[in-house]
Amino acid sequence: MPQKTTNIFVAGVGGQGIIKFSNLLCEVAMRAGLDVKKSEIHGMAQRGGSVTTHVRFGEKVYSPLIPQGGADFICSMEHLEAVRHIAFLNREQGRLIYDPYEIAPPEVYTAQRSYPKDIEERLAKLAPNRIALPAFENALKIGNSRAQNVVMLGALSSFLDFEQSLYEDVIRAGFKPKYVDINIKAFNLGKELASP
Amino acid sequence: MSEKKFLSGDEAVAQGAWEAGCHVAASYPGTPATEILEAVATYPEIYCEWSVNEKVAYEVVLGASMGGARALYASKHVGLNVAADPFFSSAYIGSRGGLVVVTADDPSMHSSQNEQDNRYYGIAAKVPVLSPSDSQECKDFTKLAFELSERFNIPVIVRLTTRTSHANGVVTCDDRVEVPVKGYEKKVQKNLILPMFARKLHASLEERMLALKEFSETTDINRVEKGEEGVGVIADGVAYTYAKEVYPSAWFLKLGMMHPLPEKLVRELASKVKKIYVVEENDPVIEQAVKAMGIACIGKEKVPRVLELNPDRLRAAFFDEEPVKIDTGDVPARPPALCPGCTHRPVFHILSQLKPVITGDIGCYTLGALPPLNAMDTCVDMGASITVAHGIRKALDRIEDEKQKQKKIVAVIGDSTFYHSGLTGLANAVYNSSPITVVIMDNRITAMTGHQQHPGTGKTLMGEETTEIDVAEVARALGVKHVWVVDPNNYKETKEVLKEAISLDEPSVVVAKRACPLYDRSEWQRPYWINTDECNGCKICVGLGCPAISFDAETEKAKVTEVLCTGCSICAQVCPKGAIHASEDN
Repeated sequence: MPQKTTNIFVAGVGGQGIIKFSNLLCEVAMRAGLDVKKSEIHGMAQRGGSVTTHVRFGEKVYSPLIPQGGADFICSMEHLEAVRHIAFLNREQGRLIYDPYEIAPPEVYTAQRSYPKDIEERLAKLAPNRIALPAFENALKIGNSRAQNVVMLGALSSFLDFEQSLYEDVIRAGFKPKYVDINIKAFNLGKELASP
Repeated sequence: MSEKKFLSGDEAVAQGAWEAGCHVAASYPGTPATEILEAVATYPEIYCEWSVNEKVAYEVVLGASMGGARALYASKHVGLNVAADPFFSSAYIGSRGGLVVVTADDPSMHSSQNEQDNRYYGIAAKVPVLSPSDSQECKDFTKLAFELSERFNIPVIVRLTTRTSHANGVVTCDDRVEVPVKGYEKKVQKNLILPMFARKLHASLEERMLALKEFSETTDINRVEKGEEGVGVIADGVAYTYAKEVYPSAWFLKLGMMHPLPEKLVRELASKVKKIYVVEENDPVIEQAVKAMGIACIGKEKVPRVLELNPDRLRAAFFDEEPVKIDTGDVPARPPALCPGCTHRPVFHILSQLKPVITGDIGCYTLGALPPLNAMDTCVDMGASITVAHGIRKALDRIEDEKQKQKKIVAVIGDSTFYHSGLTGLANAVYNSSPITVVIMDNRITAMTGHQQHPGTGKTLMGEETTEIDVAEVARALGVKHVWVVDPNNYKETKEVLKEAISLDEPSVVVAKRACPLYDRSEWQRPYWINTDECNGCKICVGLGCPAISFDAETEKAKVTEVLCTGCSICAQVCPKGAIHASEDN
């Protein structure tokens, strides 16, 4: 019987390092000897739009896309984006890890409407298993808000079975030397925050 | 030596070209194909270039093939439209060095104006189409395409889609095999398509395709996969991976080469199963061919032809199982928008006040069409801003209604797009006396696709310094008498110049020249701030549509989001109260 495929849906806003997060995660899974697929939409990503990636790993992965209700994890770097893509979550067994950090979409910053205030109530209904992870705030605290994505990766890692050293190796290989230490720090912080 | 890498389909195509000994590659940037040439550029053995447009790129590659080199063309689907003329001729001419044509289609139009199905190009031009399903196949099929091109004397299409181009998978990579450049050989009967030669070449092309049909029947990239029940699926491209996952017990005919169609294999599958589904994205290209063989199959009546496929849509097609509807409540959309500090913003803000007809073009600046700027009326294809403006002008010159006749027409085009397809349109407007204003949004780079060089930047894809062609000089050389170069971050000057240009009765060009702030961060300033005592809540700054400015509904004052602000100062320049200030740290 082939091992079950793990599905991780990653969401956020252009510029938040969603693609980098996914690349680091995929590299870890590949180094662990698994078949890995990743699909992303980033054509207009730099222009502040919604960005999503699908990450899948297991013994043999065909489709690069996760079916609705099929995500074991949704990692969202932004509050509203967590709600937008919640249909991908496996409601019973899956887990939402989300940053309650809010980035105004165009209709909000052009004063046509306000940012929804009831996101927590909606998430309570839509995602019974969820962890609010203030990754942006914590990345800022340790000195680089851009490490938000790696704080999130650390949090996710506490639910996956990969060796800690694999993540460290991949972070060392994935960043310029001067950014390695802060990202290792961010990773460990995320892991700590997500631990019960 | 074999090595496993985690590659996107685009990167895998580049890796395949490198392994196959490719010598020359050319392209023009376009999502989702851009990364193919960016990846090719990492291999020093391959000469590669951003050509000024896809037609040029195709001809460069065809010339390289005539010179006996293995050559790779790549573009997005609509890019092949631009290159269609030489592409069709090249099927007649065939190849000397292997000639591989990679087209990356965009079902669902993630970043495109249509979802045309470029497999039809293979059928229309009579060239084979390889249709990889994942990154490994992108690499393998690209290599195979070079071999087939030389063996059958024909260009070979490798057709990707967004979900193969921009999906990563584990790829087993090998070493490069050096294939010497064969050199040029004069052969007019082959390379010069006068009708007298072309008639023979057409007959030869039909024979070449018959030979390829035989190949299609026997190659291992087309294969019947045994299933457990009486249902068969014929699929190509990424659609195969969705079908395989959703219906693992079905029989499959996996088509790595979908054109020419392996009819014997189709009949073999039909003999094993009671029911056949054809699963392909967009148009029923395979389905029609199967039906033409007299074999019944289920296709587009179940498998949607509009927008890309995915596992959920196939579950609905096979089993009538619709995904459970989830009520998330109202979620405001988050479409892409012009960035904070974008040099296009002030130009659009000014144009939206002057209210001419604004014909647009393809690039980041197309986003100027969106609220709150609403500063674009049309967008058709690369270069159409100038030519459509000219056409509208000629129409309105012939109308009785004075208000229509007096309308001013402004074309808005980017620097890279101007070199791509704007030059001919501008020459045409001058030649045919069209009093239109062309605004060239010169942000010094091809921004939309992620900052690629072009003839105006002075750098090549391979990182070499080269002649920088000046946009304003080109406009003057084409006969435009009224040419201005302005800094769009000087709002007042830009507004005055635009007003004057639009008022003229002759063709005029305004070059709004300043580097894309994402490409060149050297002029970023500390964030601006709004003095709430001075702000009267008029929302003029909010009307710029800058993501760094928002409006606080409670205090009824505007505010700057510091982490987003690049300090471009446009908001300060438009504020009637002088309430927006530069940081004192500047």
